Amino acid sequence: MSIKGKAYIAGIYEHPTRKADGISLAQIHAEVAKGALEDAGLSRDDVDGYFCAGDAPGLGPLSMAEYLGLKPRHVDSTETGGSSYLIHAAHAAAAIAMGKCKVALVTLAGKPRSGGAPPGGGRGPSHSPDAPFEAPFKPTVLNMYAICARRHMHEFGTTAEQLAWIKVAASHHAQHNPHAMLRDVVSVEQVVNSPIVADPLHRLDCCVISDGGGALVIVAPEIAAQLKRPKVRIIGAGEAIKNLNGGLVDITYSGGVWSGPAAFAEAGVKPADIKYVSIYDSFTITVLMTLEDLGFCEKGKGGRFVADGNLISGVGKLPFNSDGGGLCNNHPGNRGGMTKVIEAVRQLRGEAHPAVQVKNCDLALAHGTGGFLGTRHGSATLIMERA
Amino acid sequence: MAESKTATIADTALQPYWEAAAKGKLLVKHCQACGKNHYYPRPICPHCFSDRTEWLESSGEGTIYSWSVERRASPPYSIAYVTLAEGVTILTSIVDCDFDRLAIGQKVRLGFEQRDGQPAPVFRPA
Repeated sequence: MSIKGKAYIAGIYEHPTRKADGISLAQIHAEVAKGALEDAGLSRDDVDGYFCAGDAPGLGPLSMAEYLGLKPRHVDSTETGGSSYLIHAAHAAAAIAMGKCKVALVTLAGKPRSGGAPPGGGRGPSHSPDAPFEAPFKPTVLNMYAICARRHMHEFGTTAEQLAWIKVAASHHAQHNPHAMLRDVVSVEQVVNSPIVADPLHRLDCCVISDGGGALVIVAPEIAAQLKRPKVRIIGAGEAIKNLNGGLVDITYSGGVWSGPAAFAEAGVKPADIKYVSIYDSFTITVLMTLEDLGFCEKGKGGRFVADGNLISGVGKLPFNSDGGGLCNNHPGNRGGMTKVIEAVRQLRGEAHPAVQVKNCDLALAHGTGGFLGTRHGSATLIMERA
Repeated sequence: MAESKTATIADTALQPYWEAAAKGKLLVKHCQACGKNHYYPRPICPHCFSDRTEWLESSGEGTIYSWSVERRASPPYSIAYVTLAEGVTILTSIVDCDFDRLAIGQKVRLGFEQRDGQPAPVFRPA
């Protein structure tokens, strides 16, 4: 049993807002749902599967099914932070393969920029069993990703300049995206000369904070056959949880070491076959570690791999995040997995901006790291092909 | 991951940990079944799932596994993973030190500070 070829991504929608003053989270969920269904050429009443994560307000799928007027016969609210939406796509494909639904809707919305209810509710960080042992030391998203970068530098000789190349590549792409928050092309020098926010990460090693949202519509082959949009087929997926291993800690790798091989095996392809990658880029180090763990380069050699423009579309060997990614474009709800799938679908459809469209892009990978890199995160890898 | 103070008294399995911490002692867990240590402490071993776990007092000697300094905080503070002589790596802070001289592999020594109303194991350069 495999999901290979059992489901298609038929509709995508990225909310254009980057600051959603006066709009509720539920409304953003509804707007992206409507956008993705219209993109697919389907209607709300076609939806029989619904997927959302911890960003959904209130009681999650219970509240959103009411708000959206859905009557799902399959529901999944898997919550693995920003990687949730890649897992949703994979689970939607599995549900479709099992006959549990035919038209699956996945939605995301967030308002960390304009202020709004934090996601997670009762299963948030302060309720975690490790909280009494870690909270007193004031871990933050910033310093916990920084601590991974520090160790990677120590073990493998990774440099700040190499990490900076990841931001530089993203900025080259973002200049062509009219919705991107940061459209100026930056240099390695600008990145390493920006202020240190948490050693060794600089301000420009970080992603943006933005409002917004996105949605996917994933359908059965017989539905896809009736639709007019270019067809994108899901052919492989993998998911994993990486943690602190009971205190036997190694923060130099991510769960991509497990989710990647699972996805490649299911798809029957290898890293060298991939034409384009969307890699969740909460920070530059996230991308570097992910590329190593997925096998695009040897472990520890990610720094050399990303340097000298190797991730820039039309310049390097592995174009990544051609919308500017989280580093420059947007990061709705502090959850970057959704937009990673959306831009990969655009590439496979040939609908990315012409300046960043990868030629003959018939095979793409999207990967999400949700939570805290190295120490406790969900990793999800999704491989798609142009049908 | 943690943002706020959590109840430390309702969990009887952790009572020995907090009582020792109040006396300046750091306890980790040792598993009699698989021989491995773990942290944060749990009644059931996360390595082998045995319930034959016992408390082990740390010597208080450690080395910095990795570290960062939250520079935007006022005042800035350090955060570190320190590997104890007992083999487990724990999240902590390095205090009473020059942040610019912190290094991976540096020897550090256990101390306790009151944080969020509870004793917290911190480390100083040895």
